[in-house]
Amino acid sequence: MKQFWTMVYARTMEFVRDRGTFFWNLLFPVLLVFGFSFAFSGEGQPLFKVGVLDSSPAALEGPASFLSIEQGRFIVYGPEESRTAVLDRLRRHELDMVLDPADRSYYLNVQGRTASLLRRLAAADPVLRGYLERTVSGAPIRYVDWLVPGVIGMNIMFSCLFGVGFVLVRYRKNGVLKRLKATPVSAAAFVTAQAVSRFLIVILTSVVVFAGTNAFLRFRMEGSWAALLAIASLGIVSMEALGLVFAARLRSEELVNGLMNLATLPMLALSGVFFSLEGSPEILKTVSRALPLTHAIGAARAVMLEGAGLGRIAPDLLFLGLFSAAALALASALFRWE
Amino acid sequence: MATILEAAGLRKRYGSVQAVDGVSLPIEEGTCLGILGPNGAGKTTTIEMMEGILAPDEGTVTFRGEPIGREFRRKVGIQFQTTALPEFITVRETLKLFSSFYPSPRPFDEVVDLCSLSDILDRDNRKLSGGQRQRMLLALAIAPRPEVVFLDEPTTGLDPQARRNFWDLIRGIRAERTTVVLTTHYMDEAQTLCDEVAIMDRGRVLERGNPARLLARHFRGALVRIPRGCVEGDGIPGKLVADHLEIQSENLDRTMRELLAAGVNLEGLSIHKPDLEDLFIELTGSSLRN
Repeated sequence: MKQFWTMVYARTMEFVRDRGTFFWNLLFPVLLVFGFSFAFSGEGQPLFKVGVLDSSPAALEGPASFLSIEQGRFIVYGPEESRTAVLDRLRRHELDMVLDPADRSYYLNVQGRTASLLRRLAAADPVLRGYLERTVSGAPIRYVDWLVPGVIGMNIMFSCLFGVGFVLVRYRKNGVLKRLKATPVSAAAFVTAQAVSRFLIVILTSVVVFAGTNAFLRFRMEGSWAALLAIASLGIVSMEALGLVFAARLRSEELVNGLMNLATLPMLALSGVFFSLEGSPEILKTVSRALPLTHAIGAARAVMLEGAGLGRIAPDLLFLGLFSAAALALASALFRWE
Repeated sequence: MATILEAAGLRKRYGSVQAVDGVSLPIEEGTCLGILGPNGAGKTTTIEMMEGILAPDEGTVTFRGEPIGREFRRKVGIQFQTTALPEFITVRETLKLFSSFYPSPRPFDEVVDLCSLSDILDRDNRKLSGGQRQRMLLALAIAPRPEVVFLDEPTTGLDPQARRNFWDLIRGIRAERTTVVLTTHYMDEAQTLCDEVAIMDRGRVLERGNPARLLARHFRGALVRIPRGCVEGDGIPGKLVADHLEIQSENLDRTMRELLAAGVNLEGLSIHKPDLEDLFIELTGSSLRN
């Protein structure tokens, strides 16, 4: 056990004293969060989005003139979308208005930026004038609230893949692993020590980045911190496991670098780090669901923005757990000291 | 004396190159064996198979009569020819890290003392000079309190002063009856440190034994060398080695008189006590440093 913690300590010191890497790991996500928060803090797009509940074509003819207002975007939902789900979008400000032609009513979010504008437009419309107005309420979600799990997730991904995988390949290439092979240390103990060291570093930097930016931006936090910590932990483990698969036997830093870019780029693009995949083609969504980062970020957003409990994020946690177990099994089957 | 480590019939092939071709070396406890040979002779491949780092294609290595395995790792100390040390870690931390791997390591202060590390304990591994680095690597090799220490070209690249200091360290370890196996291509190193040498070339052991006895067996007296240009005509007993004629002489007095009588110009003559390098040339017909 002493041996194990000495290894964890040595690896951690190695990272902390590499000041450049260390501060970049902290600074990069902070800069991103503040940068995006600044970039998207303006008035935003002038458009308003209206969700139209499932309606027969005949029912849609009623508000036809309203539905043709150019400044608006109108999304007509099919029968698979429940009224509650659509109204939740209105509460979260993903929609500005929900129209129910069959019921001859419309919904507005009283905290919505465009609520009064839409109320006036409705009053001016010959058909909507006769509709019943209902309201919901819910605080707006700023882009930065939505973004912060993405940025921290991305930081976890890079830090784990490169911190565990890249370093192991470098150790193999320059002979550190060979030197360790000549000692009684087992491969499993050595690799676990590397992973634990990185785990502690990443969980700590994630907390610091979150707390540091939260002090200024006050993120929306509807769910429990414990759930968020569970997601972050499993996310870190799954990324480390993936890094270990790449690092199990490669000797070339260039090759492992290329392979890791091959793994990180799709996750960066398809796991919803910077933008939502809602509305993108089904094939992309399918690919996205196979990526561990998607589940980590998705679950974190559900907790922070919608207050999801452990029950609702359980499938995501299960996916991350199974993914980690499979990757670790593969990595240990592939592992070579030299 | 008991045999502590024994290599028997080791062979290793890399592609089309037979790097080690049937090497058998029994090593007695408490002795120092030097594996000598030019670059590419198979020294490192041989020592790494004996360390258990490299699996032989054929042959076995036994430690106290048992095939080497996990237990063996606890009882040996190894210094590789090239090793990177973890970066950003100090000498002190590295030493503690490696000591923690072993069940009953040598006390920290003792290692520091033996390898003269006290001045550089808080220095980053990356900032060590060549000699400091070799001392540090030796410290890692002896920290486990090993029964056998393997040193692969431990003084290559060191300046003469640092080499001499390093030899003193190895003598200190030997004084504790630790068995030492080292490879080198420096003759003086083998001659001064080793009880026994094994001379290797092209993957085979050409000759092995105590340096002094080996030399006595192959050479009689001194070697007299005369530049080729100074020798005219025949009748001088000796053989041509590179650019000079070499004569083995048991009686220098008589040899000189014979040479003068034969009208040889003694201007460029040199007299030389045979060493392992001469033995190597004698055995292989080529120079060791090539």
